[in-house]
Amino acid sequence: MTKKVLIAAVSAFALAGCATTGSANTAGDDSGSDDAPRFAAKTEAEGPFPSTYSAYPGAPTALVGATVYDGAGNRIEGGTVLFRDGKVEAVGGSDLSTAGYTVLDGSGKFVTPGIIDIHSHLGDYPSPGVDAHSDGNEATAPTTPDVWAEHSVWPQDPGFSRAMANGGITALQILPGSANLMGGRSVTLKNVPSRTVQGMKFPGAPYGFKMACGENPKRVYGGRGRKPSTRMGNFAVNRQTWYDAINYANDEDAKRDLGKETLKGVLEGEILVHNHCYRADEMALVMDMAKEVGYKVTAFHHAVEAYKIGDLLRENGVCSAIWADWYGFKMEAYDAIMENAALLQQEGACVVIHSDSQNDIQRLNQEAAKAQAAGKRLGIEISDADVIGWITLNAAKAMGIDDMTGSLESGKMADVVLWNGDPLSVYSRPEKVWIDGALMFDAMDRKRRPVSDFELGQPGEGDVK
Amino acid sequence: MKRLLTLAASAIALSASPLAAQDVVITNATVVTGDGSEPIENGVVVVENGRVTYAGSTGGRSFASDTVVDAKGAWVTPGIFATVTTLGLVDVGAVSESNDSRAGGAPFSASLDVAPAVNPNSQNILIHRAAGITRAATTTLPAASIFAGQGAIIDLDADGTPIVKARAFQMVDLGEGGARRAGGSRAATYTLFRASLREARALSGTGTPQTTEITVDGEVLLNRFDAEALKPVIAGTQKLFVAVERAADIRSALALKSEFPRLDMVLVGVSEGWMVANEIAAAGVPVLADPLDALPTGFDQLASTQSNVGRMKSAGVKVGLNAAGMENPRRLAQQAGNLVGLAKMPGASGLTWAEAFASISSIPAEISGMGGIAGVLKQGALGDVVIWDGDPLEVTTVPTKVYIGGVEQPLGSHQSRLKDRYRDLDESDLPKAYDW
Repeated sequence: MTKKVLIAAVSAFALAGCATTGSANTAGDDSGSDDAPRFAAKTEAEGPFPSTYSAYPGAPTALVGATVYDGAGNRIEGGTVLFRDGKVEAVGGSDLSTAGYTVLDGSGKFVTPGIIDIHSHLGDYPSPGVDAHSDGNEATAPTTPDVWAEHSVWPQDPGFSRAMANGGITALQILPGSANLMGGRSVTLKNVPSRTVQGMKFPGAPYGFKMACGENPKRVYGGRGRKPSTRMGNFAVNRQTWYDAINYANDEDAKRDLGKETLKGVLEGEILVHNHCYRADEMALVMDMAKEVGYKVTAFHHAVEAYKIGDLLRENGVCSAIWADWYGFKMEAYDAIMENAALLQQEGACVVIHSDSQNDIQRLNQEAAKAQAAGKRLGIEISDADVIGWITLNAAKAMGIDDMTGSLESGKMADVVLWNGDPLSVYSRPEKVWIDGALMFDAMDRKRRPVSDFELGQPGEGDVK
Repeated sequence: MKRLLTLAASAIALSASPLAAQDVVITNATVVTGDGSEPIENGVVVVENGRVTYAGSTGGRSFASDTVVDAKGAWVTPGIFATVTTLGLVDVGAVSESNDSRAGGAPFSASLDVAPAVNPNSQNILIHRAAGITRAATTTLPAASIFAGQGAIIDLDADGTPIVKARAFQMVDLGEGGARRAGGSRAATYTLFRASLREARALSGTGTPQTTEITVDGEVLLNRFDAEALKPVIAGTQKLFVAVERAADIRSALALKSEFPRLDMVLVGVSEGWMVANEIAAAGVPVLADPLDALPTGFDQLASTQSNVGRMKSAGVKVGLNAAGMENPRRLAQQAGNLVGLAKMPGASGLTWAEAFASISSIPAEISGMGGIAGVLKQGALGDVVIWDGDPLEVTTVPTKVYIGGVEQPLGSHQSRLKDRYRDLDESDLPKAYDW
C-alpha cells in the first residue's frame, strides 16, 4: 500500500515536470495573453513524430575499378566513387584521386545508388503475416485520410533486412493498403534497423498520400452494402471528400481535423499523391478529377495499363510505378503486359519499378531487367544505365527525395550498393550496402547483417538468408 | 516423308504417332539435356514422331529431316516442367466465376478430379507456353478439407487436349492451413488424415467402413466418395503430395510412412527442410521446395532460407522447385537462376547451373511420375524442346521456338496482341480497336 502511494506520488511529480517542459504545452503557458488557448497540440507544421534517424559512422571510402551506374542515366567503366561523412564526394573515372580514402577494389563488380522501392508494406504487413500483424488497411470507412502508415510500422519486421541484403534497398515508401479510396499517409524510411519507426524515418522526406481507384474500394465497401459499390460511387465519394477539404482549407477558423489536414497538405502540394490505379481509362478520369479539385497525382501505382496512355501520362507529368510480370490476378490486371515499362519510356513518360511485395522487394533489379528485355524484343532499346534509374532516381523523384538520394552525385547521401556482378543479371547479388556512408550489409562478413528482435533465438537466427 | 539419314535408333520411336508431329532436327545447339549434366556445345536434338530419338554431341555427323533448324549456337533445352500449378484452372484469380482452383463450398475434397476442368485456352496456358513451360502438374487447392483433390499432368500445347495423365496425384495440407481446415489444430489434421486413410483401406477390402461422412458444423471434410478416391493413395499407386513447411511437421509427415508404408509421398513447400534434410534423404522422399523463401512468413517457416534447396540437395534429397511458391510459374527459370547466383555467396548453399535447370525440368517431372518421359532430352522422351534467345535461366531470356510432343507451338496470346496493338499510340486514322 505504501509502495503504491509512493509510486503515485512520484508519477504525479513526473507529470508535473513534463508539463512545464513539454513543448506541446508551451502555448498553454499562463503567462501568455488571455486569448491564447490553455492547451494546444503541436501543429502540422511543427511535425509530430519527427525523424530521429542519424547516419551511422562510416569510413571515407573509395570504390574503384567497378562499372558504375550513377542512377541518372550514366555508365562509367572502371569508375571511381568517393564518399565521406555520409555524402558522395565525387564520381568519375580512374583519374580521380583516392588519397585519404579507404580503397575498395571493385574490378569485375558494379556500383549503383541504393535501390529504392516506392511501394512497400513492410512493417505494416510484416512477417510473420498473422492477423495480429495486419496493420496495413484501416478498412473501416471508404476514406481514411486521417491515418498515417508510420503508426503501424513494426520496425522489427525481418523483411527490412532481407530487402537490404538481397535487394540492396536503402530507402522505401511504406503505404497504407488499397482497401480505401483514401488510405492515409505514407512514410518514407531509410532501410536501417531501428528500435523505433522514428529512427528509420527519412529526414526531410515529404509525406505521401495513398489513394486507390477501381476494384478494391468498391469491393470492400460494396460487399458491406454501402457506398461505394461501383466505380462511379468511387468517384462520387472522392469528389465530395475533396470539396469538403477545400472548404476546410479555405476556412481559417475551421476546427482541426486530422483527415482534412492531410488533404489540405495535398492541395498545397506538400503531400504527394500515390494512386493505386490499374486501368488506363480510370487513370485518365483520375487525372481529370485532380485537375477539377486542384491537386496533382505524383504517381499511379500498379499502373498495368499505363502503356495505353503513355502520351497522357507524359503530358500530365505523372509517373507509373509498375511490376514487370504480374498478370491476371484480378480483372483490372488482365491487360498487363511485360512491355509496359519500355512503351512508357519510349513515350517519354516516367517509369518506376515497384514491388508491393516482401519478396519482390528483394529482387527489384531483376524485375527491372525483365521489363527492359521485353522492350528490347519489341525493338525498344533502353540502356542499362537508364534501367537502373527506374529503381533509383525515378523512384526518388516520385517520392520527393531526389535532391538527397537516388543517384551518385556529389553532395547526395552516400546510399550505395556494390554488386558482385551485373545488377541486371539473375546471377548477381549485393555484396555491400552503405546507407549514408555507413556499411550496413556486407556479404563477406556474417556479423554485418541485421537480425531483428523477432528472429533472436529462433531456428535460423543469423543464417545467411 | 523424308526419313532421317543417319540415325539407326529412329525406328524404335515409330510406334506412337502423334498427330501433326513433324520430324525435326535441331543442329548447332548448346544442348541442355535437363538431367543435371553439363550443357553440350555444338550439339543436336532429333525428334521423330513426337519423341526424342537423340540429344547430344553432333559427333561430326550430319543430320537431315523434314525440318532442320540451325540453332546457331542457341541454348536448346527440354521444356520446363512446372509443378505445383493451377494452370488451366484460372483465368482471373479474383474473378471467382473464372477460377476453378478451389471449391470451398463443395461437399467433396479428395474425390475432386481436376481433369475435366482444365481449360487449354486459358491465357495462363498460352502465356506460360510462350515462357517455355511445356508440361505441368496442375491441381485444385485445399479448400473444404485438408485434401485438395486429384491433380493431373497436363501439356500446354495448342491441340485442345491437355490431359496427359488424369488423377496423377492427390494433395493434402498437413501444415498450418490443413490445421485450420481440419478444425483448428494439427492434432485434428492427423486424426482426420488417419481416419480418412482407414476408411479408404476399409473400402479397399481390409476392414469395415465405419462412417459415410466426416463433418464439422455441416461442413463435409470427407465423404464416401472422398474415401473411395483415397484408395490408390493407400495402395501407393497414386502419389500423395504433402504440403508442409515446419521441420516438426516434416518429421510427422515422414512418420506416416511407417504407419502407411505404401504411401508414395512427395513433400511440397518444405521451408524448414534443411533442418531435417538427413531424415528426408533417409526416407527417400522427394521434395518440391519454394526456392527463395527467406522470411518467417508464418510460425511454420521461421527458419526459411534461400540455402534450403542447396542444403537439402547436399544432404542427398531429390529437390525440384515448387511453382506454387512464386508469383507465377513463368518465374521458375528466374528462381532457378537465383540459386546459381546464391552458390557464389559466402556461407550460402545454392546449385550449379546444370543442377538448377534439372530442378525445373527432369526432377519435377520425375517427382510427378513422368521420369524419363518429360523434362529431359533423351531417347524415348516426349519431344518437348525449347530454343531460347539466351541463357534460359536469365531473366532477360525467352523461347524463340517451343515444341511440345514434337509439334511446334504458337507463342501468341492476349498479352502479345496487346503488345503489338500498343507498339505506338497512333489513332490518327482509326481508333485502336481497328488495329488487329
